[in-house]
Amino acid sequence: MGLPPSSSPTGLRRAASQSSSDNKVTVHFVNRDGEKITAKGSPGDSLLDLVINEDLDFDGFGACEGTLACSTCHLVFSEEVYEKLGPVTDEEMDMLDLAYGLTDTSRLGCQVCLTRALEGMEARVPESVADIRQTQDITMGMTMK
Amino acid sequence: MWGPSCWSFSDVRVITRSASSAAHQKVCVVGGGPAGFYTAQHLLKACQDVQVDIYERLPVPFGLVRFGVAPDHPEVKNVISTFTQTAHHARCCYYGNVNVGTDVSVEELREAYHAVVLSYGAEGNRSMGVPGEDLEGVYPAKDFVGWYNGLPSNRELNPGLDCETAVILGQGNVALDVARILLSPIDELKKTDITQRSLDALAQSQVRRVLIVGRRGPLQIAGTIKELREMVNLPDTKPEMVASEFEGMAEALKVIPRPRKRLTELMLKTAVDPPAEKERQRRQAASRSWGLRFLRSPLEVLAGPDGARVAGIRLAVNRLEGTGDGSVAVPTGEVETMDCGLVITSIGYKSLPIDPAVPFDPRKAIVPNSLGRVQQAAGLYCSGWLKTGPVGVIATTMNNSFDTAHSVVEDLTSGCLDATSAKPGSTGIGPLLDKRGVKPVSFSDWEKINQEERRRGAAQGKPREKLLDVEEMLKTART
Repeated sequence: MGLPPSSSPTGLRRAASQSSSDNKVTVHFVNRDGEKITAKGSPGDSLLDLVINEDLDFDGFGACEGTLACSTCHLVFSEEVYEKLGPVTDEEMDMLDLAYGLTDTSRLGCQVCLTRALEGMEARVPESVADIRQTQDITMGMTMK
Repeated sequence: MWGPSCWSFSDVRVITRSASSAAHQKVCVVGGGPAGFYTAQHLLKACQDVQVDIYERLPVPFGLVRFGVAPDHPEVKNVISTFTQTAHHARCCYYGNVNVGTDVSVEELREAYHAVVLSYGAEGNRSMGVPGEDLEGVYPAKDFVGWYNGLPSNRELNPGLDCETAVILGQGNVALDVARILLSPIDELKKTDITQRSLDALAQSQVRRVLIVGRRGPLQIAGTIKELREMVNLPDTKPEMVASEFEGMAEALKVIPRPRKRLTELMLKTAVDPPAEKERQRRQAASRSWGLRFLRSPLEVLAGPDGARVAGIRLAVNRLEGTGDGSVAVPTGEVETMDCGLVITSIGYKSLPIDPAVPFDPRKAIVPNSLGRVQQAAGLYCSGWLKTGPVGVIATTMNNSFDTAHSVVEDLTSGCLDATSAKPGSTGIGPLLDKRGVKPVSFSDWEKINQEERRRGAAQGKPREKLLDVEEMLKTART
């Protein structure tokens, strides 16, 4: 998130579930530099919760703090993992539609919750808009909300 | 490592500052909105030896997050917590109530800082450029939004809401926000941070019908699906569309990307499909209506019998040449009139030049730049809407600001900015401001204003009641 560990946004640190390490789900994030970062979360945690709780350093991730008001927690999955992630609400799709580099296997991290079946899953943090030339790529002429 | 290095003229106590170990690289950011804060955030993270000072014209920070985002979209404002953390950073200082361009010049800032990042956004309006634009009852959307969001310079707008029909020109998210605020049930609005003054005015409003008019067709609408869905689901309202305007859409749907497709499908469903029974009843019972109208450009705003107030708008009927985003509206020669008592132009914000020393492209209304580096001005940068034009949501601005910060960091480390020679930073600017009678507002001063607004809001069951007046803000800041 670009900020020191002590200053994570409030409201997202869930009370730690009383789980032993067996109960944790391992997630491998691939960041924008292609580096693999492994983290563990509890079933029920969202992927955004995991990023926050483990202080994973993805620039600008989760700007709206998990309230479906932005698309900055955009993550991309393999087909296989995507199928296991569960249904997508219209509300999530509406915000996902604004994400740069949207794919058919994209989801918003704040809406994807960990389950045991997702053990070892990989989640790629896609590029956000890298420079001014790429803003022309955005097919929806977005204006301020 | 270093103590807090912010100081404020509002009180005599100078918060301890360790002069000799202060961060060596000084960067100043002009504009305390999302672009300014995100640029600062990224700089602080990337450079351990940089001090970032944010100058903001108003006493209060956050720019369009405070004055642009709709009151009923509070989650979008959650970014304020990350901005607050940035402001509290040991190497960051906020100076509100400083007008760059009049209280201090950009040249003076460039002398005091290694790098200056301009992120003061777009405070002007694009005008329609048609006769009658100055009639009473015609307002730029930016001003209308500023009015309900408590922007001090719009507090006396007093828009006339005693007509039945309002026409909004433009079909972006700002237009949809305005339509939604005009038609939302008061019981919903009164729980938000909308200003009490505008809430009272809206409670008396006679506006029952809002038409949102665009130059081009349904496939070119600039608004996004969340905002459109909010209109479709708005209690006590029904859609009033012209089904024939959607002819041929179903075919076009087959070949467009998913975001545009879902948006178009929602429009089509709302405009063309016969509603399910429950929805049919809901629409029948609704007391208000809204509609999209396409292929219409304003030709003239028409006055009523008094010659002073708007009573209608004359529109050119267009056809589209080309397809998709690149298509162009071409007048057919046909003309139409819509009766209305309120016209809101939502055709774009516009950046203005604030200092003659800063290069400005009047055609694009941006500061000419490459990757945020202002052309022909070493040490001068821009981020946010000033850099790219007034398009994009907060996340767009965030990425844009990170890119500019990246350029600054590159230049600080490569040696192309003379970052090794000492610059005074705010200690150079402070005395100038003092001499000119300018008293900056610190971030903790803002926190007093914040607390007062929340206190007043709590009394009304609202998250805050914004102070509308700069003098009142300053008075609260000094308590």
